[in-house]
Amino acid sequence: MAARSVVDTPGTGPVIEVRDLRMRYGDKEVLTGVDFTATAGEVVVLLGPNGAGKTTTIEILEGFRRRSGGDALVLGVDPADGDEPWRARLGVVLQSWRDHSKWRVRELLQHLGSYYANYSTPGKPRPWAVDELLEVVGLTGAEKTAIGRLSGGQRRRLDVAIGIVGRPDLLFLDEPTVGFDPEARRDFHDLIHRLTDVDSTTVLLTTHDLDEAEKLADRILILARGRIVASGSADELSRQVAGESEIRWTRDGQRFVHSAADATGFVRELFRQHGEAVGDLEVRRASLEETYMRLVREAEGAA
Amino acid sequence: MRRGLIRAGLQRGLIELRQTVTNVTDIIGYLFPVALLLGWLRLIEGDELPGSSVSLGAYSLVSSLALLLVIGGVTSMAQYLTMDREDGTLLRAKATPNGMVGYLIGKIVLVAGVMLITCAVTLLPGALMVEGLRFDGGTWLTLLWLLPLSMLALMPVGAILGSFFQSVRGAAILMLPVLALTGISGIFSPLSALPGWLQGVAQGFPMYWLGSGLRSAFLPGEPEQALATAGVLALWALAGLAVAPRILRRMARRESGSLVAARRERAMTRTM
Repeated sequence: MAARSVVDTPGTGPVIEVRDLRMRYGDKEVLTGVDFTATAGEVVVLLGPNGAGKTTTIEILEGFRRRSGGDALVLGVDPADGDEPWRARLGVVLQSWRDHSKWRVRELLQHLGSYYANYSTPGKPRPWAVDELLEVVGLTGAEKTAIGRLSGGQRRRLDVAIGIVGRPDLLFLDEPTVGFDPEARRDFHDLIHRLTDVDSTTVLLTTHDLDEAEKLADRILILARGRIVASGSADELSRQVAGESEIRWTRDGQRFVHSAADATGFVRELFRQHGEAVGDLEVRRASLEETYMRLVREAEGAA
Repeated sequence: MRRGLIRAGLQRGLIELRQTVTNVTDIIGYLFPVALLLGWLRLIEGDELPGSSVSLGAYSLVSSLALLLVIGGVTSMAQYLTMDREDGTLLRAKATPNGMVGYLIGKIVLVAGVMLITCAVTLLPGALMVEGLRFDGGTWLTLLWLLPLSMLALMPVGAILGSFFQSVRGAAILMLPVLALTGISGIFSPLSALPGWLQGVAQGFPMYWLGSGLRSAFLPGEPEQALATAGVLALWALAGLAVAPRILRRMARRESGSLVAARRERAMTRTM
């Protein structure tokens, strides 16, 4: 895996490197200095309220939008000057597509895939074979359907298929699972794991679904008010927030619930006082949701 | 590698051409003007063009073909571009390596195909209805250079105009200048009926020369102005090919997901 990423990534630097990224529309500052890096095979999830700048960040890195300031390197190239060979190593899944509605599923995948054939490498034959791709995203049986007739979930699967048809080294996904039922969502998570494990694809995705972020992310970046206010795994984030943990237990057939900042100290004291009488002990750290809400509220209050 | 890209563009154009000739709405769109034209030809059957031996029917048929070709080349190119921008097809091309080049080759193939289909569905039934059309070696020879040159002159104009419209609805007003040009280009009546300065204006545009070229190909006794025709059309083609890529690049550079989403939002609120 490491060998392949060396072949496909000249230089072994980070896949995404962003420093002090700024974006201004008129006199409205959307990004006020975003910093982060992503390494090969990593899944980075951008979380944040609407209007925090998630889509703007992704569009700048995709090379679709020019930044107002700061530095950005994507696969070692400034996305503002990305050329076609660079483009061939990226996969893009936007929030909403409704293009090519008259085309048939197989026709479009085959056609768009053909643009990647020139960029095939020994370690990564491009494009992805259409039959296999259809199976991977769960569209087998729909290959002859006109795209305009696909259901919302099928259309989203097709968007993901188009995003990965060139077997990208870096995949951008903007809210990929909107419209998925729970089973489709789980299939999608399996697919992301497969991409990162087998192909060592780096993934940058945005989502509103905290559960999804927790399942997929190697690292979560919380974007609020145009900058990253916290970064780390779900676990690390909840440690960063000095939140209170919830402690539940039973004693003499009665249930108790208590919140404490220092859960360990509280439990030690609990056992010292009641010892054997304590049962069904449960300590729960703040959930990602609580952590997220607190971080965002703090960031928005501070500004 | 260039070959692969050209093949992808051709494939794209042929697929979209197949889609349009199997789509009922599109077929009606092609046949409706032809039906109108045939009805008109039926009405004027037997009339002669004043001061000429050419039948009015033959004159009208060939001139109308020029109009339909201009609509096919300029208006449909502009509308395809606007439509593809609105639904994200163009952004998809931008997200694909060399996708914009493939997209443009595809559009050129598609519009050229549409123009050839227009020729066929107009001329085949029309030729059966009107008297006095000429079909000889000279006809085909003229078509052989006139049609490709007209396509080169018309399509870049359509692409440039299409870049400026943000919505399909906006692009529809393109029909107005086309119709105005029709009025002064000798399409429905010989140009000599117009004041001199208007004739001069008309002669600056491709429609006049396409009409004149087609008439010289199909109507016996029409003046041959091959050199002037080729010259003006070539000027338009060169100017268009010089400007269009720059305009298209600028338009493509601005495309992004949020722009497509915003446009869609606007289109939705309009239909509500």
